[in-house]
Amino acid sequence: MLGRLRFRHGVHPPELKSLTAAVPIRRVPFPDEVVLPLRQHTGKPARAVVRAGDRVERGDVVGEADGYVSSPVHASAAGTVTELALWPHPDGSYAPAVRIAVDPYSPQAPRPRVVPDWTGLDPAALVEAIRQAGVVGLGGAAFPTHVKLSPPRDVTVDTVLVNGCECEPYLTTDHRTMVEYPERVHLGVRIMMRCLGVKRAVIGIERNKPDALAALERTRPADLDVAVQALEVKYPQGAEKMLIKSVLGREVPPGKLPMHVGVVVQNVASAATIAEVFETGLPLVERIVTVTGRGVARPSNLIVPVGMKVGDLVAACGGFTPTARAIVFGGPMMGSAQASLDTPLLKGTSGVVVLAAEETKRTASHPCIRCGRCLEACPVFLDPQHLGQLALRERWDDMEAQHLADCMLCGCCGYVCPSSIPLPQLFALAKTALRTRAAAPAASAPAGAPAAPAAASASPA
Amino acid sequence: MNAAPMLITAAPHLGAADSTPRIMWTVVATLAPVVAAATAFFGPGVLLVIAAAVAGAVLPERVLGPSGALRDGSAAITGLLLGLTLPPGLPMWMAFAGGAFAITVGKLIFGGLGQNVFNPALVGRAFLQASFPVAMTTWPVPATGADWWKLRGDVLALPFASPRALDVVTGATPLGRMKFEREGTPVVDLALGTTSGSLGETSALLILLCGAYLAWRRYLNWRIPAGIFGTVAVLSAALHALDPRLPGPAFMLLSGGLVLGAVYMATDLVTSPVTNLGCWVFAAGIGVLVVVIRLWGGLAEGVMYAILIMNAAVPALNRLTHPRVFGAARARVRS
Repeated sequence: MLGRLRFRHGVHPPELKSLTAAVPIRRVPFPDEVVLPLRQHTGKPARAVVRAGDRVERGDVVGEADGYVSSPVHASAAGTVTELALWPHPDGSYAPAVRIAVDPYSPQAPRPRVVPDWTGLDPAALVEAIRQAGVVGLGGAAFPTHVKLSPPRDVTVDTVLVNGCECEPYLTTDHRTMVEYPERVHLGVRIMMRCLGVKRAVIGIERNKPDALAALERTRPADLDVAVQALEVKYPQGAEKMLIKSVLGREVPPGKLPMHVGVVVQNVASAATIAEVFETGLPLVERIVTVTGRGVARPSNLIVPVGMKVGDLVAACGGFTPTARAIVFGGPMMGSAQASLDTPLLKGTSGVVVLAAEETKRTASHPCIRCGRCLEACPVFLDPQHLGQLALRERWDDMEAQHLADCMLCGCCGYVCPSSIPLPQLFALAKTALRTRAAAPAASAPAGAPAAPAAASASPA
Repeated sequence: MNAAPMLITAAPHLGAADSTPRIMWTVVATLAPVVAAATAFFGPGVLLVIAAAVAGAVLPERVLGPSGALRDGSAAITGLLLGLTLPPGLPMWMAFAGGAFAITVGKLIFGGLGQNVFNPALVGRAFLQASFPVAMTTWPVPATGADWWKLRGDVLALPFASPRALDVVTGATPLGRMKFEREGTPVVDLALGTTSGSLGETSALLILLCGAYLAWRRYLNWRIPAGIFGTVAVLSAALHALDPRLPGPAFMLLSGGLVLGAVYMATDLVTSPVTNLGCWVFAAGIGVLVVVIRLWGGLAEGVMYAILIMNAAVPALNRLTHPRVFGAARARVRS
């Protein structure tokens, strides 16, 4: 390895993985209804191709991809489409979605299908098969995988980095995937290497998962250059840029992508899903999710159909505990709190953390005391306290000049701030304001910016 | 779900344990031993002076500041630190005025906590030094025996009354003796605090211990006191080698308010740089200025103005010492 197996700055939140780290994965029975938003990935949302009343089988296309950077959406259970409606989306909006009433007693075992032998397919056909299966990055960003696996001709990729770090507290999805399905992970890596034409792959795993390290090392293929590398436990080790720096010693320049330093990064669950697509012929219709936190009665790792509502999922885990206060999709550092129990899980939802009252963070802020802890925490070496001061005064242009675009909203600054200033939220507002203004340049004056961001207290803690 | 409404807040949903009030009140707690030591040396009048300074600091914060501002403890720190820079015999009304000025002009007019450029306690002290130079340079000697209970100086004087001729023994401070009489002071006395001086000047050892605790808790940047002590030591050693009549590093380090200033004043989070490199430069600047003012300036004590002058440089230091963004080429980020 060329990297030092660690990166500078970052934070050490408590791992809190003991709730589910040793819990084996199990299937959850189908709910009565699944709701499939048409936007479950980065890029343009899918376009619905079904109508109310249509009958669908598990794996049928309900939304086709709209353009290159887009992904199709498939029915995750056999049933009848009840309507196309605006439905609560995990990002807080109401978005178009396909509601499917699931057939009672419908089975989860994959039906026999014609599955092409992947070894006989050339890279372009492999990528097309992955695209048609609706595979997106399962680490959280949900970037369409086929786009990552077919970089432009003028870019040379020499390494595939597989992210098995799972640096977010609470989550154990990738951990259990690596422990229970290591062969599938390796098969997925093999297929990805074939798609990209690279000779080397490294699977990076944080040291707090010795059983995963052992399982992947044990099943390592003899005929490929696939290394299994243990990494320092630190948040955000699993972020693309930090992972590349730790393992390979390369820094992705601001505004550029990993492929510009010769690397493609994929999550370990994405690799396993690619393998499953070629094993079963099923598109991406289900995924492994960690349901955890002290607010849920039975923390578990589950195989969940895409589109299952969070209320149904928590009920399948024994329901809420009396002190449950917040539902977070994703991990606690970057995840989004949910307002409705009807919100469905997406392809990219890796965890549902139900926080109990004693686990939530205080919300009242104090003024910035310029202690500098945020500068010591920021993994991309920005100046969060200065950016925060600019954000409170809505000086978006100055923030852009201060490299706001490099901020990945990892949450390290907000985590360490002793004044509980909602820095990542302010930065997200600033990015939105800049994006909105860029999308409508002629019309807008500063009126394009949203209303003054209020300080954090959303409700009494 | 249960009856309670769902909490909707933005990520991150976890936080590190420290909070701003906890930092401030911990600093206040570490000053308690220093106050106790000062009381042990100079008698109970010390508590009156400090209480007056704290009261003076707290009142404008309560009346003019944002609601709930007192709870974070920053006004209490300002009052305490100001009190520790005062002579034990200072009239209480002057200490009160100093505290009020410190908070009003040193903090509130800049916009409150986090917005001020200058250390508020030092702003207050500068005001008192300029307004009441005689009272501010009357230094009672430490008390022993039955004398301990007597109030030093004119602590209970009425506001604006002329000071009475008092039956108190004053003495020159070590710095005063060095500058105006060219006489040294034994190092042991300086370290343990048995010399005359302001309340916080005295026990260097105790202040260093409390400061070490704060550095361990990461409530202050250790680079600042380390840089100040290092610069003062090196510079004064060099000058002493060139001219042996000048005081050596041991005297320079332990006399006057340097230890208190380096550990508690210069390290004030709001008015010190945010980058580590900036802190080193800041500390070096303070060290140089302290030595220069003490040796060649008109005052015996240089720590206060050294810190205030370097406070003014902090915004520029923050800009100039910003690290390069991840992945960028060598050029630094410029504001």
